[in-house]
Formats: sequence, C-alpha cells, structure tokens
Amino acid sequence: MTASSQSPARPAVRLGALARWETLLVILLVGLIAAGARMSPFFISGGNFANLTSSVMEIAIMALPMTLVIIMADIDLSVESMVGLAGAVLGTLVVAGVPLPLAIPVVLAVGALGGLLNGLLVTRAGLPSLVVTLGTLALFRGLANVLLGPTVISVWPDWFTSFGFGTIDGSPIPFTLVVFLVLVVVFWAVAHATWIGRQVFAIGKNAAASRYSGVRVNSMRNWMFVITGMIASLAGIILVARFSSARNDNGTGMTLTVVTVVLLGGVDINGGKGSIPGVVLAVFVLALLQNILRLAGVSSEFQGIAVGLLLVFSVIVPQLARQTRGAVDRARRSRRPPAGPIASGEVTA
Amino acid sequence: MTTARLQLTGISKRFAATAALADVSLELLAGEIHALVGENGAGKSTLVKVIAGVHQPDAGEIRLDGELITVPNPAAARERGIAVVHQEPRLFPDLSVAENIFLIAPPTDRFHTISWGEMRRRAAELFEQLDVRIDVAAPVRGLSMADQQLIEIAKALAIEARVLILDEPTASLSSHEVERLFTIVRRTSERGVAVLFVSHRLDEVFELCDRATVFRDGRYVTTAPTSELTTASLVRFMVGREVSLFPKEATTVGAPILEVRNLSDASGFRDVSFTVRAGEILGLAGLVGAGRTEIARVLFGIEPRTAGEVLLDGRPVEFRSPSEALRAGVAYVPEDRHQDGLVLDFSITNNITLPILGRLFPRLFLRARTEVEVATQFSERLRVRMTGVDQAVKALSGGNQQKVVIAKWLAARPRVLILDEPTRGVDIGAKVEVHRIVSELAASGLAIIMISSDLPEVLAMSDRILVLHEGRISEEIPRADATEERVMFAATGQRVQAPAGTGASSVH
Ligand SMILES: Nc1ncnc2c1ncn2[C@@H]1O[C@H](COP(=O)(O)OP(=O)(O)OP(=O)(O)O)[C@@H](O)[C@H]1O
Ligand SMILES: [Mg+2]
Repeated sequence: MTASSQSPARPAVRLGALARWETLLVILLVGLIAAGARMSPFFISGGNFANLTSSVMEIAIMALPMTLVIIMADIDLSVESMVGLAGAVLGTLVVAGVPLPLAIPVVLAVGALGGLLNGLLVTRAGLPSLVVTLGTLALFRGLANVLLGPTVISVWPDWFTSFGFGTIDGSPIPFTLVVFLVLVVVFWAVAHATWIGRQVFAIGKNAAASRYSGVRVNSMRNWMFVITGMIASLAGIILVARFSSARNDNGTGMTLTVVTVVLLGGVDINGGKGSIPGVVLAVFVLALLQNILRLAGVSSEFQGIAVGLLLVFSVIVPQLARQTRGAVDRARRSRRPPAGPIASGEVTA
Repeated sequence: MTTARLQLTGISKRFAATAALADVSLELLAGEIHALVGENGAGKSTLVKVIAGVHQPDAGEIRLDGELITVPNPAAARERGIAVVHQEPRLFPDLSVAENIFLIAPPTDRFHTISWGEMRRRAAELFEQLDVRIDVAAPVRGLSMADQQLIEIAKALAIEARVLILDEPTASLSSHEVERLFTIVRRTSERGVAVLFVSHRLDEVFELCDRATVFRDGRYVTTAPTSELTTASLVRFMVGREVSLFPKEATTVGAPILEVRNLSDASGFRDVSFTVRAGEILGLAGLVGAGRTEIARVLFGIEPRTAGEVLLDGRPVEFRSPSEALRAGVAYVPEDRHQDGLVLDFSITNNITLPILGRLFPRLFLRARTEVEVATQFSERLRVRMTGVDQAVKALSGGNQQKVVIAKWLAARPRVLILDEPTRGVDIGAKVEVHRIVSELAASGLAIIMISSDLPEVLAMSDRILVLHEGRISEEIPRADATEERVMFAATGQRVQAPAGTGASSVH
C-alpha cells in the first residue's frame, strides 16, 4: 500500500497520521536521550545501554506477538501469568534433576499449550478473548502457585544466568537484545512483507469479509494465541535467567506494560491498524523513560504511574487527533458561505 | 407558478481529486415522484447525502419550500421533514428492528419514558403496510439485505416527511416487495410529499416516476417527463452512447459439476435437489426470504447443513469453511458487500488479491507489482471507476464497490461460481458487462448459480430457473418456457395452468 499523490484524501491522511505517529516516537526518543545525557554523565555509556535494554527485554519480546493479536482485534491478558508459570515449570523441572537444555523446550511447549487453550476457548467456544484471557490470567498464575508455593528457586547454572544479563564479549549488547532483534526481523517480515500479515490486518478490519475471502480466520487467531503463549514462556525463561530466581509471582503486572508498549507503538486497540517498527520504537521509549526515572531516583511505584500515564497518552492522543481533525473539517466547512458566486468560483477554479 | 418543494441550485462537492458533483441543480415538486439516474459514480448518492446532511456541499444552495436552508447533520434533515433511505443500510445489529426504526424519536408516554409496546405496535404497523413479515422485537443482526433495506424504508416512513429520498431502495428487493413499496410511495406522493427515487432499474423509473433527471460524471445532463423518454434515450443521456443489451451466449452444456441432493439446513430451506453442469447458468428465483441465499451459504461452507448431500464432480463434499470451498473451486459473491464482500479500508488491489494470496505468493512474500497487475487486469475488465487501484474501496460509489467484489472472485478463477445479487446497484452499462463476463465464464466451462431478485436478469441469463417458495423448490423452469409471469406465480407458491403449447407439465 503506497500513498500516491493521487490517492483520495481519507486514506492519505490516515497513512500520513501513521507516519506522523512514528515520527512523534522518534522525537520522543531523541528528547529522552537528550534529557538523560543532561542528567547524568553515566547515561551515555555502554553499561547503561546494556542495563536499560535488558531491563525491558521480556516486555519487548512479548510486545511483538501482542501487536499481531491486537491488530487482529483480539487481546491476550494472560501473558504475565504465563511468564510466572514458565518460571515455575522451569524451576520445578530443574529441581527434579532435569537438565536445563531439556527443560527449556518443555517450558516453551507449556507456553504453546497455554496459548492453545486460549485460542480454542476463543475460536471454538466463541468467547471474547478479553474474557478468556482474563480467566487464564488467573488460571496460569494459580498453576504457578501450586507448582512452587512460596519456594524461590535460585540455583542456576552460570551459562544460564549470564545469558540473562550478560553482554556479547567486548560489546554493550545484551544476549537478550539479540534474541529480541531476531524476533523483530521475523515479526516485521511476517507482518509487513508476507500475505500472512495481510490476512492479519484483513481479519482486524473485517473478520466476516476475510472469512468469505477464504482466510482461515479462526485458525489464524488460534495460531496467534499459541505463538503469544510460547513467546510469553520464552520471556518467562529470560526473566528467570536475568534475576536468577523462579518465584510464583514472576511477571506480575507485565501485561499492562506490554499492552501499553503496543498501543504507544501506534497500534489501534480496535484492530486493523499498527506496525512492528512503531512498537519497536515504543519499546525503546519505555526503556529510556524507566532508565531516566531510575537515574533521577524516582521510586518504582512512581515508575508504575509513568507507565499508566503513557498508556493513557497513547490511547487518548490518537483519539484526540481524530476528533480535532473532524472539528477542523467542520469548522472549515461552516466558515465557507453556504452559497454565492464567490464560493462557487473558488471551488470550480 | 408554484415554488418547488425542494430546490437545489449549483451544488458542488469534491473529494480530493474527485469532483463528485459539479454545479448540479435539481427541483422536486410537491406530489411528484422524481427519478435520479446516472452511471455508477455519477454523483447520485453524493447528492442524496448532501440533502441528508451527511456531506456538506462545497458550493450551492438548498431551498425547502422557498426557504434557504443548510443541513449541517442528518438530525437537522429529519427535523425539517426530509426522510432518507440510503443506498447501504446502516443499522445497529444488536438493537431490535423496532428500536432501529425509532432510534431518534422513540414514542414516549406521559412520564417521558419510552413506551416499548407503542413502539413495537407502530413498527409492526409500518411493516404491515409494506406487507412484510418481520419480527419487530428481534435484533437486526443476521437479517438479509432485503430485510435491512425494508427496515430502512420503514424508518423513513416513520417520520412525517415533506421530502422522501430513496437511494436504490429496490436493489435487493424482489418484485413482490417492490410492488408494495411502489404502492406506498405513490400514496405518499399523493399526500403532497416530494419523492426522489434513485435506481438503476430503468423499468422501475418508467413505472413509478413522473420526471427523471440524469447525471453524468458529476454533472447535470437533463430533466424530462418520463412520458417523453424511452429506455434507449434515457440510457443515451446516462452513458453518452448506445448500449445494447447483451445476448446470452449459447453454450454447450457439459458434465454435471455440482449435484445437490435433498439438502436442508436448520431453518432456511428443506429438501432441495438440483444439478448444475459445466457451461450452465442456473438461476435461483424466489421472494425475499425464500431460502436462496441460505442455499448458497451452505454450499460455500458458511453454514452447516442438516440433511442431504452435495457432490462435486461426482464426489461427496462437505465444506466446513469458505477456505475449503475455495480450495475445491467453489466461489461465492455475497449479497452484502459491506459486511461480507469487502474490507472497506483496504485498497482495491488488496481486496481483489485477498482470496488468492496463497496462490499468487506460494513463498509467502508479497510482491506489490504482481498484486497491482492482477488488480489492474480485473478492475479494468469490469470498468471500475476509480482514481487508481490503490484507492480505498470505501471511497468508491456503491456500484463500483460491487464491481470490485465481482472482480475479486473472477481473479480467483473458480469452477463453480455462485453469484448472489451480482448486479445489485450496478449501472446498466456495467450490468451488460457483468452479464457478458458471466456468460463468457459459463462458455468456458464454469458451472454458475445466479441468485437474483431482478427478474429480467434471471430470465435473460439463466439456462434453467429454479424457483423457491418458503424454502422449497416450487418449480424448475427450462429457459424456453420461462416467463416473468410463470416465475412470479411459482415464487408465491402457485402454478400457472399449463398454457397451450408450452410444456409446463413436463417439468422435471
Ligand atoms: N467519501 C468519499 N471519498 C472519496 N471519494 C468519494 C467518496 N464518496 C464518493 N466518492 C466519489 O464520488 C463519486 C460519486 O460517487 P456517488 O457515490 O455519488 O455515485 P453514485 O452516482 O451514487 O453511484 P452508484 O450508482 O454506484 O451508487 C465517485 O467517483 C466516488 O468514487
Ligand atoms: Mg450511489
């Protein structure tokens, strides 16, 4: 879809707005970097970069499948509990003597299965994904509690924990960032360069017409939940590695942040609109904001408020923009005299 | 000299690069029924929307009974007694039929609370006038296009109108409902209401209207009493050239492709059997609600069947989804283009390629050039009026949207093509074009099922006509014996006594 000069006003404005939204994010990023640099000499340093990126990588990788889920006009609230359940399963297996390289694929499979449960409840039982994943949000957390109880599992092999917070030798690039970037490439390609992505957008805009066009709507939605579940479990593994601990409350509160990042990235909560590059930019906005707040000594409670404000901002601003655009149009029209030779002369000229 | 009820002078309206209306004028007299005709994209609906307050004109003036008015929004139009039935029904699917009708001004009791009983009673009355059976307490969701159209009509009739505007109200109605509608419209106009009637069915224009105004390319062409016009002269004004009706190609009918045996579904139809052969066009006629669309939906895998079997090339098949049907070569052009036919926000290109993405790009990756080529080929074949294939479908006129739906299914190259009201809202030139294409497709060996409420169309195109009445096949009429009268009778459940000479008794 290209916006040619001759395309009609409506879509051109829409695409323009999207471009502007991403520009806005870039400006925000630059502003945050400038503010951070002003605040602390330590800000522009490899160490801080590694620090601020690795602290949001779980959120970041979950935002990718969440983007597609929301574009399809669904939502998955259960991801944070899947993070917890993944940690719990991993911990339990390791304590039982299963070697990690064997336990990790099992955990990923658990994530996929959890996602499948979401998907089947949504597509087969025909329930809204909001309700289904609210249920599994409680269910997965409950399972994590049953598995771990109050125990904290904190003995992990070195290679595993250094994967969690380490960087590639001699560079400030965390291993987890590499994982994220690989996933970005995959999701970007799927969403914007393949017909699977085209179908994702079509489903979000008009599921009925997509179905009538031979798009396997339910199967696509199902798969998207499976992938989201699996990536949430991957995020769970990364979180365990980063903190060297598996606890039953791992991941609590993350869903909100993931959804915030996705919406801040310009994805429409009603589906049908959004882009992976926008969401990637939003990830770094979040990372920088958190980092700056931390450098400024703002407590983590207040950081939560910042995330909340960001969410409100990213939902309200596009809405306001739409409304003002409408109001401006109306004003422009009403200022024009309803009749008369001057007005018609203007137009036909 | 009497002043006109509604007078539009020098109206212009532009959408970016498109001049939808350029300095057009129109005069509606009290008590007249005035036709507005023109090709797809001529600007008819845009004018209707200007009168209805949906669009604001860039220039020009509107006078109602001589008084200069502006119509800033649809509510203002209603308040001034301008009742409008828009081309595409816009109803709230989860509200009941009655609620949709009285959404703006529900009847209230003396405590100013909505009186639901009164509302339902009045809604029921409106449908009685129209001789339509419909449950006014049921939600609108899932109703057919015809029912939705009738609800919009009832909505317009519910207000005390000075001006009644009907934008292609009959496009999905069958002749029975059309007759009722005309009776009501005539009665309304006798009360002094000015009626503007937009239609592509020119026979209706001559039957109903006193005068006709023609638009072409957003410009005013002429206004004349219908008694001074002929179909040919009207078409010449519309198109600017002669259009000859397309004669159906004689085809050699081949082997059976689709066989349907004793098929039933949950509610729409029972015990339906028929066969469609290669090269054959089977017409499905019947009143609104007779079960025609339901049959198509079962064949396309949207709804499940409850009994019977379907054979494709002699092998039993049961599609559980449209994608399975498509893979087997069965395609369906749905009647509701906004709900089921198009992704309105998508471009023409993206709509046309949606069903064939997997086939065009087996390696998953899209190639814009390929898509544009396919889209250009098929949209040009159907003469879609557009600024380019990258235009969003929602910015097209209704008839041009319909052409995109058809283009999309032609691009899918099916073996069995089910067309549900394929020319709904399509202008006469494009209709001839669609008929030519359908006929060519049949000649190239496709099996075609054509559902249409447009009786002349069914008669002209079909090799055989299957008439449904209340979910059952009431008669199967071979092309040679098909007359409007006979189809009409069968559609209402009666049978014409075999007229001398024709073989009505030997229907098999
Ligand atoms: N919202 C819009 N944005 C851009 N262009 C539009 C819009 N609405 C209408 N147009 C354009 O204006 C022209 C006139 O459209 P209009 O819907 O009035 O045609 P019409 O005469 O009603 O045709 P039809 O018989 O197909 O319904 C078309 O070229 C159409 O593409
Ligand atoms: Mg129109």
